[in-house]
Amino acid sequence: MRYLPKSPTDREEMLAEIGVGSIDDLFATIPEEYQLKRDLSIPRQHGESEIIDRFRGYAENNAAGYASFLGAGVYRHYKPVIIDSLVQRGEFLTSYTPYQPEISQGTLQAMFEFQTMICELTGMEIANASMYDGSTGAAEAIMMAVRVTGRNGAVIARTVHPEYREVIATYAQHQEIPVTEIGYASNGRVDIDALDAAITADTACVLIQSPNFFGTIEDVAAIAEVAHAKGALLIVSIAEAISLGIVRPPAEADIVSLEAQSYGVSIGYGGPYCGVIACKEKFLRQMPGRLIGETKDVNGKRGFVLTLSTREQHIRREKATSNICTNQALVALMTTIFLTVYGKEGMSELAEHNLAKAAYLKTALQQSGKVLFEGAPRFHEFVIDLPKRAEETNTSLLEAKIIGGLPLARWYPELGENASLWCATELTTRKQMDAAAAALGKV
Amino acid sequence: MSVEKFVGTPKKVTTHVNQNEDLIFEKSSPGKKAYRLAELDVPAIDVSSLLGDSRRKDLGVMPELSEIEIIRHFTRLSTWNYAIDLGMYPLGSCTMKYNPRVNEAVARLEGIADAHPYQPEALSQGCLQIMKTLSECLIEITGMDAITLQPAAGAHGEFTGILLVRAYHESKGNPRKKILIPDSAHGTNPATAAVCGYQVQNLKSNAQGMVDIEELERLVDEDTAALMLTNPSTIGVFESEIHKIADILHAKGALLYMDGANMNALVGKTRPGDFGVDVMHLNLHKTFSTPHGGGGPGSGPVACKAILERFLPTPVVVVRESGTLGLEYNRPQTVGRVRMFYGNFGMFVRALAYILANGPDGLRQTTEDAVLNANYIRAKLEGTFELPYTTRTLHEVVFSDRLQAKHGVKTGDMGKRLIDYGFHAYTVSFPMIVAGAMMIEPTESESREELDLLIDALKQIAREAVENPELVKTSPHTTRLQRLDETTAARKPILRWKAPIAETPLVVDTAAKEW
Repeated sequence: MRYLPKSPTDREEMLAEIGVGSIDDLFATIPEEYQLKRDLSIPRQHGESEIIDRFRGYAENNAAGYASFLGAGVYRHYKPVIIDSLVQRGEFLTSYTPYQPEISQGTLQAMFEFQTMICELTGMEIANASMYDGSTGAAEAIMMAVRVTGRNGAVIARTVHPEYREVIATYAQHQEIPVTEIGYASNGRVDIDALDAAITADTACVLIQSPNFFGTIEDVAAIAEVAHAKGALLIVSIAEAISLGIVRPPAEADIVSLEAQSYGVSIGYGGPYCGVIACKEKFLRQMPGRLIGETKDVNGKRGFVLTLSTREQHIRREKATSNICTNQALVALMTTIFLTVYGKEGMSELAEHNLAKAAYLKTALQQSGKVLFEGAPRFHEFVIDLPKRAEETNTSLLEAKIIGGLPLARWYPELGENASLWCATELTTRKQMDAAAAALGKV
Repeated sequence: MSVEKFVGTPKKVTTHVNQNEDLIFEKSSPGKKAYRLAELDVPAIDVSSLLGDSRRKDLGVMPELSEIEIIRHFTRLSTWNYAIDLGMYPLGSCTMKYNPRVNEAVARLEGIADAHPYQPEALSQGCLQIMKTLSECLIEITGMDAITLQPAAGAHGEFTGILLVRAYHESKGNPRKKILIPDSAHGTNPATAAVCGYQVQNLKSNAQGMVDIEELERLVDEDTAALMLTNPSTIGVFESEIHKIADILHAKGALLYMDGANMNALVGKTRPGDFGVDVMHLNLHKTFSTPHGGGGPGSGPVACKAILERFLPTPVVVVRESGTLGLEYNRPQTVGRVRMFYGNFGMFVRALAYILANGPDGLRQTTEDAVLNANYIRAKLEGTFELPYTTRTLHEVVFSDRLQAKHGVKTGDMGKRLIDYGFHAYTVSFPMIVAGAMMIEPTESESREELDLLIDALKQIAREAVENPELVKTSPHTTRLQRLDETTAARKPILRWKAPIAETPLVVDTAAKEW
């Protein structure tokens, strides 16, 4: 086996040094009746070229060659080449969690830079060194708000990503946190009156998403005012992090839960991505997840360490702020490199291109359907009400090698069978958009 | 041609890699760029009219550098990390094995890396085949009946597994109140039980560091939902009375949860499903070679017996009548969703590539080599360090610092000193049932030569502990940074960089000025 660095002689000599006759003697503590005496029934050993061929085969059974207008919580953006060049360095790829800071400064410093950039982008004072993803991050943010306020309920906008809400429901159920959902107004934004009515003295937090699932940018300041007036915290979830290049950061929020996948992380059929929680500094002790802090070594040189781990499970066990252990360090590194490549001006310019593409797509598709939720600003997604069922329409579009927008009836039956969510990014070409508009016209 | 005489210190001094590399923000200069967008092929827009008050005005301290500077910055940072590619990580319980590069290659293939989770089922057959094939392999390896790949990491898998336990008991009318957890367990176990709304009941280990069967019998009652057991335990010992443990639990209607962190000791040699486990998680980033990446991403699939299958998170991969694969959402008794989409799919690709590269013979040999390596280290270092539990161990060995502590040298000190010998530290002070624990797990990826180097280093450190304890206590000595002040870091947290206030003069690095 090519990954195993031992010769048959090595094995024999090592057994002799241990003082046993055969390798099976080392497994003698496993009761005889539970020892597996046969080969596992799994595929045979493959050569490297066979492995690559096999996965190429899988790839061919997917959607290569299609133009896609899907977004809905995961976005196709250009990934600069140097991201992969750098994260594939073994020193980053194959290192462990930086518990030994003297030999982990690379990861630690990069994560400190990550935390700084996330603070800058979100308008928050502190950020952790990443969470699993946006959905679990939002659930953890709610649990955090419950700890901070000593209150127990959460009010969640229905325009938060449906799968985020499903994850939150799973977490909240066993924490016995009652969750109330509130609807949206005709412009696609949170229904502020309904929100105001839903917040009670037991409400720990309000959770909204901006841009929301329909692509609409929320009026965060107004929502914060309503939440804060009743003593509830405001959590803003951001699923499309590129928007922060051009959309005002949710500085009025108490906690921001960001999904950073858009910063140079492959769509990869759903993960791994990079969640992160940022918040006001006063909530530091209730923050879940790893944190990197600056310090000095014995010679006074600047260095970085994992810090405030007394919040975490390996110290606090059942009293920890969360059971979370790993973070998404390598993915967070990808996002850090992405943000460095685009930087201060590029982030803004990139976001502007996304806006421009979506504006063009909207105009092009309007010939075939009605764009819903006018009257509020949006980023690069919008809902369109088509003349026919969205599922059927999409099936027809496949003939033109186009993957249409996401049919919404599964989660928003009130929008009818014909509504779908379309997205354009900087990578969507005019040609693709024109082709989609033409194909839609023929459906 | 006259050479202009150099006066003063230049604004930016080139620093060698063993010097401090500035933070990326400190290296930034306004107007530098490392990007150029494609030409905009649609009409430009008026941002203010589209966004109004929602428009952002400023991006603060976001950096501005050129591409070469970014490459150098992160390459320099990388050289300050220890890594599997540089040498051995004897980290007990972490299974730091080789991360095969073909895994990385296949995870980046076009058609896989760019597959959208909502693309039509008919155009996702390749991804679904990957999930199905991996699921089948993991079910066979664990001897269980069903699996979910959705959990994002080990602790997330524990969370999912305990939710299955809870749903099972609820379906019988009572979720029950408590989870039993041995004192040797990982901290995630009690934290998970608490997050799932259970009380934690501590189970003391017996003199051999194993489950105390009598104590277990005494504690298990109708309020017990499950026992969370790591097998082999965190001292590397296989619970040889595992089936009796399962029987005691099952007799009272409780379930046996297995923390699969130590599965690298078992693959191809025995199967948890065969010895009475009802539900368990796997760590793809441990047993199945996906890279740790400095702390993640992980992946924590949960395998279970048929009695728990109907509670698995949605969606599940199914075979449609037409023979194609699909995602099934309609599962009335599901515990719900624990993560958006289907989990850390990229890790599934890598884990499957690892299983294919090994096959049944390779996986068995891998387990045997991992156990051989651990026992070789144990045999060679027994006597040099105290072995608190002498029970036969599998893939890891736990010594204690008792002999060296007499000279004031503790496990943490020796772990740091190991760094000077070119190794990462072993796992320090865990498990908690061993005072001054030194937990060593070599994995199968180490050659005999590398093992001998580690053994020599540890023997030398034991000698230093007697002859020159200060040398050990102040180590490491060879790293760019030495011991860091973690107390101040926690007491006065600095968690982000801030631009210096204009009045503050820049700190001049005298060492760098010399040239």
